[in-house]
Amino acid sequence: MANFYKDVPELKFHLNHPMMKRICELKERNYEDKDKYDYAPQDFEDAMDSFDRILDVVGNLTENVIAPNAECIDEEGPHCANGRVEYAEGTKVNLKAMCEAGLSGMTMPRCFGGLNFPITPYTMAAEIVSTGDAAFGNIWSLQDCIETLYEFGSEDQHNRFIPRVCAGETMSMDLTEPDAGSDLQSVMLKATYSEKDGCWLLNGVKRFITNGDSNIHLVLARSEEGTRDGRGLSMFIYDKNQGGVNVRRIENKLGIHGSPTCELVYKNAHAELCGERKLGLIKYVMALMNGARLGIAAQSVGISQAAYNEALDYAKNRKQFGKTIIEMASVYDLLATMKAKLDAGRSLLYQTSRYVDIYKALDDIARTRKLTPEERQEQRTMLKLADSFTPLSKGMNSEYANQNAYDCIQVHGGSGFMMEYACQRLYRDARITSIYEGTTQLQVVAAIRYVTNGSYLKTIREFEQHAPAAEFESIMTRLKAMTDKFEAAEIRIKEFANQELQDLVGRRLYEMAADIIMSHLLLQDATRNSDLFRKSLNIYVNLAESEVEKHAQFISHISPDDIQNYRTTSQTEKAE
Amino acid sequence: MSYKIVVLAKQVPDTRNVGKDAMTPEGTVNRAALPAIFNPEDLNALEQALRLKEQNPGSTVSILTMGPPRATEVIREGLYRGVDNGYLLTDRAFAGADTLATSYALSMAIRKIGGCDIIMGGRQAIDGDTAQVGPQVAEKLGINQVTYTEEILSLKDGKITVKRHIDGGVETVEAPLPVLLTVNSTADPCRPRNAKLLMKYKRAMAPMEMPQDGTLPYAEQYKKKPYLTVTQWSVADVDGDLQQCGLAGSPTKVKAVQNIVFKAKESKTFTASDGDVEALIQELLANHTIG
Repeated sequence: MANFYKDVPELKFHLNHPMMKRICELKERNYEDKDKYDYAPQDFEDAMDSFDRILDVVGNLTENVIAPNAECIDEEGPHCANGRVEYAEGTKVNLKAMCEAGLSGMTMPRCFGGLNFPITPYTMAAEIVSTGDAAFGNIWSLQDCIETLYEFGSEDQHNRFIPRVCAGETMSMDLTEPDAGSDLQSVMLKATYSEKDGCWLLNGVKRFITNGDSNIHLVLARSEEGTRDGRGLSMFIYDKNQGGVNVRRIENKLGIHGSPTCELVYKNAHAELCGERKLGLIKYVMALMNGARLGIAAQSVGISQAAYNEALDYAKNRKQFGKTIIEMASVYDLLATMKAKLDAGRSLLYQTSRYVDIYKALDDIARTRKLTPEERQEQRTMLKLADSFTPLSKGMNSEYANQNAYDCIQVHGGSGFMMEYACQRLYRDARITSIYEGTTQLQVVAAIRYVTNGSYLKTIREFEQHAPAAEFESIMTRLKAMTDKFEAAEIRIKEFANQELQDLVGRRLYEMAADIIMSHLLLQDATRNSDLFRKSLNIYVNLAESEVEKHAQFISHISPDDIQNYRTTSQTEKAE
Repeated sequence: MSYKIVVLAKQVPDTRNVGKDAMTPEGTVNRAALPAIFNPEDLNALEQALRLKEQNPGSTVSILTMGPPRATEVIREGLYRGVDNGYLLTDRAFAGADTLATSYALSMAIRKIGGCDIIMGGRQAIDGDTAQVGPQVAEKLGINQVTYTEEILSLKDGKITVKRHIDGGVETVEAPLPVLLTVNSTADPCRPRNAKLLMKYKRAMAPMEMPQDGTLPYAEQYKKKPYLTVTQWSVADVDGDLQQCGLAGSPTKVKAVQNIVFKAKESKTFTASDGDVEALIQELLANHTIG
């Protein structure tokens, strides 16, 4: 690729989505910074022009620095010595370049040294970086933890920490512990207030912490002695300059080798409370996780794009039976399906980021003035859409990244199994995306309420009101039929009123909703630009239609009586 | 201590990715087919200049380029990376310049800028590959020069210490200011464009680039922000002698353009003595490299 932004025209298409006008107007507060900062936009067109140019810088850096370093970083990985992380050489080069390019704290207000970018172009930058190197994408994009500090920290904390992140210091979110993985309510890291030191002291162990030796940590810890659930947890800011946290070891992982996954030991680490006590998990970490999930969705789309690029390149050049393999139906089927999943997943990602952008910008405005009733309504609507779309976006894109990385190797045949080709790294890197920041199974848990309360159905029915281009009218008809099946399946499960049955088929209902929503989004995209999306739309709807049918069939036969068949297996294993 | 630094930069056709249509049937460069880029080694020079600026607070870095109005792009690229301002030398009378006329024009502009401590440029441009302009500018200004710079080791007490890349190794030399350095591609690569600077300077233009029919976008911004108008100089602005500029001032005549494979494996070292220079000229005449 010559430029990881310009060579993917879909990115610019999504950047130019009609909703961006509203997003910019809110984020820029009617362009009030235009005479205050020499780099602030004068108006909407100016803002969009800047996003385009900055993404071009990101695409260029990814092409010239990040992608070429990826292989060495994967082989070398970070080291742990004297309780500190030493990044791989290439990682240091990457970080320096990103810092010089001023691509840190991108979404923060200008008064802290940020670029005041909406989440959407920032997420695009994260996708582009991950296309070049998903592992580096982790380190760089953890900068979005600052969103949580910005939302819930005090003014004094803003002034002390945000400028540092805008200047390129890195962040981490210290949540997981040996006995608290998916179940964060079990976090035991102890926080005690020390009158003597005038601050909180953290003691205990955290595990699987991405970029765990970062400059500024957000830490989930138990501040309420004697509690055992999520209500006893608070969020703290730990500044590495304070000392007291050491890296015991770096995990040896299947993929994302360049991203140091650390075990941390806290010994009387001085920390300060962020926000209010007891709201650590139930409010702040939920916000943090939603941001991180969007980040993983972006990383997944980046890996999907890289997998597609590698596969396409190989298929165009590899000759067998006297012709290039891309001319064979079985190979172009693989490639077209990869591209359709990539395009569908990307549409979902940026639809989600746009919802997030609007509600967050309104949230921010609400800190300085009262929102109008219309704005409050808009904020509620967008928040709900963001919350319901985020688990779809994270879950589906991470699964697609894995499927595409698998198919990328398949296109390569035997060569793909050799370590010489980039596809093996993509395959290993993709694997974590459907696990961290909540497994796909937990995305289903987060999403299922929007199935049962009819939110997805309502959104889909609203999408049906978007007039498709004439050439796609038959597709709209098919989508309506798919939605009827989804509705029937959901009604059937609801009528059983059996929680366990609902959990058992949750993934299927979730996928039906996601498949239909992505089909609609692609339909809207193809209506705006037929040339760019027509093929993917047709292929994706073929795929989604058969997936929906498959799940509908499954659900139409299942009943609570079946549960025991599924459970027996695990109970038998237990008995043995 | 602060320094006034000028970087000589050239916009060149990207000859690194030459396609089939890179040459015209007449054997000249088909500029339309090749994207115009910042000469790569000038970027290496720019990086060295920006580092000196960072290490010596109060220093300034300017970019000086000669070319058509669109060459302002190299000035913008410099502004995006941290230079303070730029000078575009543009005039029909500058057109068709060989290295002699180019170095004359650049040296006149440097005099006009005045008070420069350090002048830097790439070792050579990828369109001409002569490596002559830097040294000639130094000669015309009567200042010291250090070619093949790889790294600047120190700058203090009016002296600069430089590591140069020479045949078979590196050499460390010291030179008093003012000095002209030419920088090798083996020096560190240039930093990326900076997001804030890019947004600040994206509309910077030389007057000749601006449409005169009232269609200049955000025209009012140019009144408010003087840094958006790039300084543009003609032959007269730099008190140039027309006879020494452009085609008139260029003794070089292109006889033919052809592909060659560079075969020389050895290098020879000459001192600056008249005898050595005379011997070199005789040798080049004898093997028809010149003459």
